[in-house]
Amino acid sequence: MTQIFSPVPGTFYTQSAPGEALFKQPGDAVTAGDVVGLVEVMKTFIEVKAETAGTFGAYLVEDGAAIGAGEPFAELKD
Amino acid sequence: MSLKIMQPGLSTSIQDLGRPGYFHLGIPIGGAMDRFALRVANMLVGNPEGAAGLEVVFMGPVITFENDALVAVTGADLPPKVDGVVQPGWTAFEIKAGQTLSFDFLKSGARAYIAISGGIDTPPALGSRSTYPIGALGGLDGRNIQAGDVIPLGEVDMIEPGLHVPADLRRLPGNPAELRILPGLYWHRLTPAAQEGFFADDWAVALEADRMGYRFKGGKPLEFVEREQPFGAGADPSNIVDGCYSYGSVQVPGGLEPIVLHRDAVSGGGYFTLGAVISADMDLIGQLQPHTPVRFKKVDMEEALAARAARKKMLADVRAHLG
Repeated sequence: MTQIFSPVPGTFYTQSAPGEALFKQPGDAVTAGDVVGLVEVMKTFIEVKAETAGTFGAYLVEDGAAIGAGEPFAELKD
Repeated sequence: MSLKIMQPGLSTSIQDLGRPGYFHLGIPIGGAMDRFALRVANMLVGNPEGAAGLEVVFMGPVITFENDALVAVTGADLPPKVDGVVQPGWTAFEIKAGQTLSFDFLKSGARAYIAISGGIDTPPALGSRSTYPIGALGGLDGRNIQAGDVIPLGEVDMIEPGLHVPADLRRLPGNPAELRILPGLYWHRLTPAAQEGFFADDWAVALEADRMGYRFKGGKPLEFVEREQPFGAGADPSNIVDGCYSYGSVQVPGGLEPIVLHRDAVSGGGYFTLGAVISADMDLIGQLQPHTPVRFKKVDMEEALAARAARKKMLADVRAHLG
């Protein structure tokens, strides 16, 4: 099990815009470099990318929730 | 003597203590948002306190050193690493030519200050190396640092590594953070209930929080004393005939979300300001992350001046500690 962390504090999103599909669904294949989450802070949206490949497990943080720097927001199954 | 920026981080800028003296012309004072942290970082590496360093927000840069240097990281708890090995914060450590400085995830606070022996030696603009991106002034070409930048350093005789500032001589905001405010010229524009509510309510740092200003949300909307708006003021009750804004002044557009103006703020405009955060607490704002709970506390001028004296004493204590 690999976790993916937010590099910055802010507000976490599971999709690129309201109404869009989630970046990943449980069971989706993940390739290193895939965008798996979005964090908003200081009027900037930061795409967080997977650093390793795997199978998407689940989001650990709800869409629109506050997130801290270094907080895990998703799990990959190896 | 120079640094090579491999990755810039989220919003990393060259800052010193700022360029006072031009605010009346609309050019902000600029400089480090947490001036105490920058001063201490410089002291740790043997620089003058006002030397230019890097202000890092939330996410650290990756920097390769072309020469041996002493480095200190203060302010936020953003653990520095030399070639992957974690170094203590608030402590001078050595980096050898060819080694890389990077950072772990932010643990607490919001802005870390990196001082490097010799200081950053970019050309000053209006007496300061501080970066003011909106005015394209200072720093490197008037902008935040980017990957590929080569940043010149001053020449210096390096002191010994290992100087350290203990936790009781540092300052980070509590949780909730408390910011002390001195009510100002337009305080009378609020109803007594709004005046009381502002200080009684629970606030939190909004996502719109940067070098220009910090926005807060979560408290009740402010009610204004009814009046016929004077000529030249907008129709909204939070509008005034344009006036001056000070560093630290608190405007509340529409009576909804207070904004505390910080180092890169505009110098005037048409919003009433209910008062100002006292100078002693401005450094703390630079260390607030989004969503941090905040309470505002009303103080008078005597308390504000006592707090300023206490801050000066703490700086003097650090100087004495470091000899």
